[in-house]
Amino acid sequence: MILWIIKRDLLLAMRRRADVLTTLFFFIIVVSLFPLGVGPEMNTLRIMAPGIVWVAALLASMLALGRMFSGDYTDGTLEQMLLSPVSLSALVMGKAIAHWLITGVPLVLIAPVLGIQYDLPAESLMVLTLSLLMGTPVLSLIGAIGAALTLGLRGGGVLVSLLVLPLYVPVLIFGAGAVEASAAGLGFEAHFSLLGAFLLVSVVCSPWATAASLRISMG
Amino acid sequence: MAINWFKYASPATFYFLAGRMIPFFTVVAVLLLLVGLYISFFVAPTDFQQSEAYRIIFIHVPAAWMSMFLYLIMAFWAGIGLAFNTRLSSMVASAIAPTGAMFTFLALWTGAWWGKPMWGAWWVWDARLTSELILLFLYIGFMSLQAAIDDPRRADKAGAIIALVGVVNIPIIYFSVQWWNTLHQGASVSLVQSPKMATAMLTGMLIMALAAWMYSIAMILIRTRSIILERESRTAWVSELKEGVTRS
Repeated sequence: MILWIIKRDLLLAMRRRADVLTTLFFFIIVVSLFPLGVGPEMNTLRIMAPGIVWVAALLASMLALGRMFSGDYTDGTLEQMLLSPVSLSALVMGKAIAHWLITGVPLVLIAPVLGIQYDLPAESLMVLTLSLLMGTPVLSLIGAIGAALTLGLRGGGVLVSLLVLPLYVPVLIFGAGAVEASAAGLGFEAHFSLLGAFLLVSVVCSPWATAASLRISMG
Repeated sequence: MAINWFKYASPATFYFLAGRMIPFFTVVAVLLLLVGLYISFFVAPTDFQQSEAYRIIFIHVPAAWMSMFLYLIMAFWAGIGLAFNTRLSSMVASAIAPTGAMFTFLALWTGAWWGKPMWGAWWVWDARLTSELILLFLYIGFMSLQAAIDDPRRADKAGAIIALVGVVNIPIIYFSVQWWNTLHQGASVSLVQSPKMATAMLTGMLIMALAAWMYSIAMILIRTRSIILERESRTAWVSELKEGVTRS
């Protein structure tokens, strides 16, 4: 069931490739704006790079949240999903995974290139990519709750940022922290363990909370 | 005889009960506030390190306590409302949010006023300050979500979910911020290692905290009453109430 919904959402995304690319280019533009704002001093940029890339990833992932349920909501598919006998949590899980594949994975893949712009050493690039790989699914899972709660509301896009961004804080801290720790010569394993813990907790709790939110929003 | 608590879960009954309780809590709050302020300004000794500027803790610490307690209480009532579908619990939860946000803001604001003479900076990225700021965002998120939803029952339930998700996240956020802070810099500015408090200072602070509690209860009851009236405006008992008011 999960596989089916992932396949379906990916197919839908592939039919509207521009949406996927918009998120990716938003990410690239935000990351590229910072040097223009703070100046081209390489030493400063190298220190700021992990934080900038992570904040941009947070924003990009959040901007794409609106699309997670809204298409299915407007054409009535979501209602059928709620009525179907299969577990709504599983469906939500599938949709969150699809959202991550569409918006998270491209960010992870492009991140090393952006890191090079900031003159990050090879090890930091690797840690940055791995931390994004572990952190972006958490963003999709937490974001799903916000997307479900704001479904069909006026100003939903702005509202979802208010709801979701404070909850993203721990992921940001340890995602960017892992890169900084490795650059400082400290171990980044502790950061990765915590990111992994966030991932596990959100895998368990978020689909359930999202399903409850969807029932409320559609109720 | 056992009290039938379910009787007071009805908004119509609670409205009048709250109306009788509000004067009591208001009076107690005012009295405690007067005593607390007197102790804070005239009885409590001048701190030998921080001189007179420390006196802001009599507002700051109670506000910070209330901001955290009220979020927990709000999430508790919102959760009860979600689980048992009791309308009144959700109304109380919505009534708590503005008071909680106000105390969070007050804690941040007075903290800045305290920080300037003590640390020489309005704001430092200390773990407590940062998590208090995020708490303010959580309150604002809760209130704006409820404000954006027109159907009050949906607003109650949606708010409950975001409040509960917030409660699960508060410890995670707090410890994340704390570890993040210790990673960046040593605890150069810590509120914990303040010198031992004089008894008068502690008494003053506790009385102010109690005053803040009583104030919060009175405010929450007043706001709950307004919410009840707003939501029940089409019911028979509210129209009777309206007629009674115009007649007298």
